[in-house]
Amino acid sequence: MRLYPLEALAAAVLTAVLTIPILGIDIVVDGPRITLTGEALPVLIAMAAVFVVRLFQEPLKTAIGWVRMDRLLPSPERMTAYRPMILTGLIVMALIWPFTVSRGAVDIATLALIYVMLGLGLNIVVGFAGLLDLGYVAFYAVGAYSYALLAQYFGLSFWTCLPVCVALAALTGCLLGFPVLRLRGDYLAIVTLGFGEIIRLLLNNLDQLTGGPDGIGNIPKPTLFGLEFARRPSQEGGVTFHDFFGLNYSGGDTVIFLFLLALALVLFTLFVINRLIRMPLGRAWEALREDEIACRSLGLNPTVIKLSAFTLGASFAGFAGAFFAARQGFINPESFTFIESAVVLAIVVLGGMGSQLGVILAAIALTVLPEVARQFAEYRMLIFGLVMVLMMIWRPQGLLPAARPRLKLPQ
Amino acid sequence: MADFLPQFLQQIINGLTLGSIYALIAIGYTMVYGIIGMINFAHGEIYMIGAYVGVIVITALAMLGLETIPLILLLTLAISILVTSCYGWTVERTAYRPLRGSPRLVPLISAIGMSIFLQNYVQLGQGARDVAMQPLITGGWRFGPEDGFQVYLSYMQVIIAVVTVVFMTLLTLFISRSRLGRACRACSQDREMANLLGIDTDRVIALTFVLGAALAAVAGVLVSLYYGLVNPFIGFIAGLKAFTAAVLGGIGSIPGAMLGGVVLGLTESFTSAYLSTEYKDVVAFSLLVLVLLFRPTGLLGKPDVEKV
Repeated sequence: MRLYPLEALAAAVLTAVLTIPILGIDIVVDGPRITLTGEALPVLIAMAAVFVVRLFQEPLKTAIGWVRMDRLLPSPERMTAYRPMILTGLIVMALIWPFTVSRGAVDIATLALIYVMLGLGLNIVVGFAGLLDLGYVAFYAVGAYSYALLAQYFGLSFWTCLPVCVALAALTGCLLGFPVLRLRGDYLAIVTLGFGEIIRLLLNNLDQLTGGPDGIGNIPKPTLFGLEFARRPSQEGGVTFHDFFGLNYSGGDTVIFLFLLALALVLFTLFVINRLIRMPLGRAWEALREDEIACRSLGLNPTVIKLSAFTLGASFAGFAGAFFAARQGFINPESFTFIESAVVLAIVVLGGMGSQLGVILAAIALTVLPEVARQFAEYRMLIFGLVMVLMMIWRPQGLLPAARPRLKLPQ
Repeated sequence: MADFLPQFLQQIINGLTLGSIYALIAIGYTMVYGIIGMINFAHGEIYMIGAYVGVIVITALAMLGLETIPLILLLTLAISILVTSCYGWTVERTAYRPLRGSPRLVPLISAIGMSIFLQNYVQLGQGARDVAMQPLITGGWRFGPEDGFQVYLSYMQVIIAVVTVVFMTLLTLFISRSRLGRACRACSQDREMANLLGIDTDRVIALTFVLGAALAAVAGVLVSLYYGLVNPFIGFIAGLKAFTAAVLGGIGSIPGAMLGGVVLGLTESFTSAYLSTEYKDVVAFSLLVLVLLFRPTGLLGKPDVEKV
């Protein structure tokens, strides 16, 4: 066993330089004056941790080598065999869930389902087509604001607006993608990032239309075949859910209804995407991700294929956005910051790019874990960032990578 | 109408000041892109850390009772450069070097993760609020009639211009004259060939990150002196704009990054003056999209770009 005392010392000194200005010195703002106070403990802890890790680097590496991720997690091929079972299990659990747990838990599950929708949509763009979209939240915002504005100005219902929102988000995606997708891949990342910011700035500044930073409130909730979920009908002659079925009014019904609606929308999304990736178009997405030159030489038009993936991904974000606006009843530009895009990207990366089951499980995990570990809420984004880096180093294909379509010749 | 010319001049001064800052950050993007073909998303956060170190050192020196302004400026720049260089090196070593040779998407996602990590790390360490600092260098020159619109050139704006020019000159000399600079240029032309010829390419890549981070620190210190306001989120927008500047000038080209920064700074100050302040960011990003559409190689980019 070799130890590295000198290297460990150097690493500890480097850690001191890195942490002293951020963790070791606190800026105290006292009116117009600012002063500094020192805090040695965090720096010493960081230095000690780095020193120990670097000193025992070799035995640690061997130890990590024993715990092979590949052996802990089932192989993609075996996952494909389990897939129907796991999916059925998840759906059954989701159907029982709202009737057995508290309102808060159902609400969190609804949020998780929104992220599942977003993750599945972004998975088309990043996972299947291999295009890095960092402004995905823009299309989510387009969907949400479309519904909110249509409901506010024209009094249209959720079900009328849903297809319109999807169409508008798709149109936005198409308009942005058309010029940009001819560019090299990493330019796309930065342009989409800029576009996400443009949309947020527009929402913030078009005060007359969008209400600016105050947002839009009183967005109507979805109805069930015209039955409203409210104590009293909002319009003269309207019928409420509990009146129609002769039940007592309960606020919990709305929560459960929204959850089941979200579940239905997720299943619809899953169904559509599963059909799409078996179509020639879906195959072309994956082929293009693997080798653009080979695709060109086989007569596929890369721009059209990329544009279709980008537009479809955007349309699912619009779908999720409309539902989000309906569920919240209130939206403002703060819900559509870059952080939101980063969370959805983390879901796709963590679950495994191109793996739908992985994305679903990652979306559930990344929404439920922060709720469970509320005392660590301020570390949430820190850990997200760290996990993204570590995943790229240790397991770039994600926790549950997608199985590649393949055939085996019988011996 | 009589005010038109002085106002125009004022916008040029403001635009050049802003442009110098963008140019300093943009060089870090362009050099890294020139050598390993990757967008270093964490670069904006390095600039933000540089600004924080600037505020801390200036406050510490004031608490120690130091009052010679040139000395404060030099010490602040030196310490800030030291710290961010360490950050640049560590980020490259931990988040990017293990990924050398993987598909393009992988280091890009790692860079985004690093950027989120650094932003939240500073937020945890120093809090999310704005830190406002008393201006250290005040005053300036006024030109023009007493009763009309006066063109104002502050001492700080002159310092920003001078410091930027000094560091740009140093960098240009380093890249064109020194042995390591030659190695940098060789790596950007053909990394494998440079490696075969005995250049330690890993070291050159690390050097690129360190140089970029040092210039970002200079930008950070200048910003903390000029605006006197820092928070953990300034790196995101500044990074995005500096990248726009790098693309505008032709990514991979150092003179291009300088020119791109100045053009973007001017565009922004004219937009705020003649259109509206709220839309200056929108205009800057639209400029990025338009440049990528109509001239993807940038202003100074030729098919055979002169890279770092």
